[in-house]
Amino acid sequence: MVSVNRERCGYCGACVGICPSTALELVELHLKIYDEKCVNCGLCIRICPMGALEV
Amino acid sequence: MEYDAVVIGAGPSGSFCAKTMAEGGLRVLLVEKKQEIGAPVRCAEGVGKEDFLELVDVDRRWISVEIEGAVIYAPDGTKITMSREHSGNEVGYVLERKIFDRHLAEEAAKAGAEIMVKTRAIGLLKEGNKIKGVKLSRMGEIFEVESNLVIGADGVESLVGRWAGINTALKPNDVESCAQYLVKGIDVKPYCEFYLGSRFAPGGYAWVFPKGRDMANVGLGVLGKYSGEKKPIEYLNEFLEFRCPEAKVVELIVGAVPVAMPVEPMVADGLMLVGDAAHLADPITGGGILNGMDSGRIAGKVAIEAKRRDDFSAGFLKRYEKEFMEKHGKIFKRNYFIKEKLMGMSDEEISEIFRALKDVNIEDLSVFGLIKEMFRKNPKILFELRKYFL
Ligand SMILES: Cc1cc2nc3c(=O)[nH]c(=O)nc-3n(C[C@H](O)[C@H](O)[C@H](O)COP(=O)(O)OP(=O)(O)OC[C@H]3O[C@@H](n4cnc5c(N)ncnc54)[C@H](O)[C@@H]3O)c2cc1C
Ligand code: SF4
Ligand code: SF4
Repeated sequence: MVSVNRERCGYCGACVGICPSTALELVELHLKIYDEKCVNCGLCIRICPMGALEV
Repeated sequence: MEYDAVVIGAGPSGSFCAKTMAEGGLRVLLVEKKQEIGAPVRCAEGVGKEDFLELVDVDRRWISVEIEGAVIYAPDGTKITMSREHSGNEVGYVLERKIFDRHLAEEAAKAGAEIMVKTRAIGLLKEGNKIKGVKLSRMGEIFEVESNLVIGADGVESLVGRWAGINTALKPNDVESCAQYLVKGIDVKPYCEFYLGSRFAPGGYAWVFPKGRDMANVGLGVLGKYSGEKKPIEYLNEFLEFRCPEAKVVELIVGAVPVAMPVEPMVADGLMLVGDAAHLADPITGGGILNGMDSGRIAGKVAIEAKRRDDFSAGFLKRYEKEFMEKHGKIFKRNYFIKEKLMGMSDEEISEIFRALKDVNIEDLSVFGLIKEMFRKNPKILFELRKYFL
């Protein structure tokens, strides 16, 4: 399961755009993660420019 | 509440589309999830002059700098300068998007569009397959808005298309992961600087776009495929140390930009995707402001006609996709092809070409002019490229 480090996140939406299963949504400056939809592909972790995501 | 069209996202694409439709007499609602249109800016703010002037009348309030040319650095540091012969003849602008984006939204409002900020689209209203409107959420309150037409202008993080069954998820090969500082105390001329090579930005490039006086947007994009352990923010810190260690950072932004082919299809029954939501940024440069605005303009025109005929079917809305692709499709194909070829080149190959080109006078100032030169010695690629010139 993916988790976000809110102190690092720059709320850019890169992870939302790449997530193949709409498990992420950016609510203004707040990244929401829908665990039940996540397929653990790891793409969001790779794309994040800040290194704010991890498993 | 009932509208002819609801636009999701008040970036340049959405606002320009809303303005076009409102001017055509449609009842338009423009919805933006942020509380402030135009901020944070996820952009280096550069646009080409000619195409820009086709879309708007320039207003000094949202121009930071007029650009006179470009300087491109190969991985080994060899540089090529491209500028118009007659100096003083600017070729582009660096915008102040905080003001520009807001100006476009104000223009939409002036034309009669309603605007809701701090309001987020969370889904589509459907009747069978037919879209009947959108579901919105504002400060915890969830409500519905009816509309025959929904425009997805929700940027690189777009979900609107996906709600309608269009797969807009970006592939790692088709997206640049970016980081940028706005800095003060940097020595810059009115030229945009580009730095190629894997040292600064694997599969992308680093840039310095002047913002007036001693300020500049200093940033870079790393291709998703190459983005891994080392993050763009770390590359950026190294680039800053290299280019302007003395400069002071006054702003940090991060973001992503599609370097893909346009989404297919760009429309569904009662729905059109414009701008980054349809992956309309240029595959080589990642520039998406102008394509986005033009897509908004074309979609807006088609929406007006759809309303007149009371036909919001995908079959009719396809006219938007067709017109956009007739105008821009060939450039997308060409630039996507070039992007793929550039990705396949090693740092040394690029440096070698630059060394050979150093003394060539490149008349055609466009990035494309340079690219033509770069492939001059590679007949196979040039042969392929020729297809896109005709
Ligand atoms: C670092 C970086 C540098 C760039 N540099 C340049 C450059 O120099 N020149 C250039 O031309 N392009 C550049 N681009 C690309 C350019 O920023 C985009 O192509 C452009 O902003 C696209 O405009 P848009 O209106 O389609 O989307 P956006 O400007 O992204 O606007 C989308 C809007 O939709 C809103 N939104 C999203 N989801 C919802 C929802 N569910 N409900 C309501 N609102 C929503 C967002 O908050 C946002 O305001 C750069 C991009 C990056 C990341
Ligand atoms: S790991 Fe994959 S599926 Fe899960 S949130 Fe990240 S991108 Fe989406
Ligand atoms: S990609 Fe990283 S910085 Fe951007 S919104 Fe996602 S977690 Fe935050």
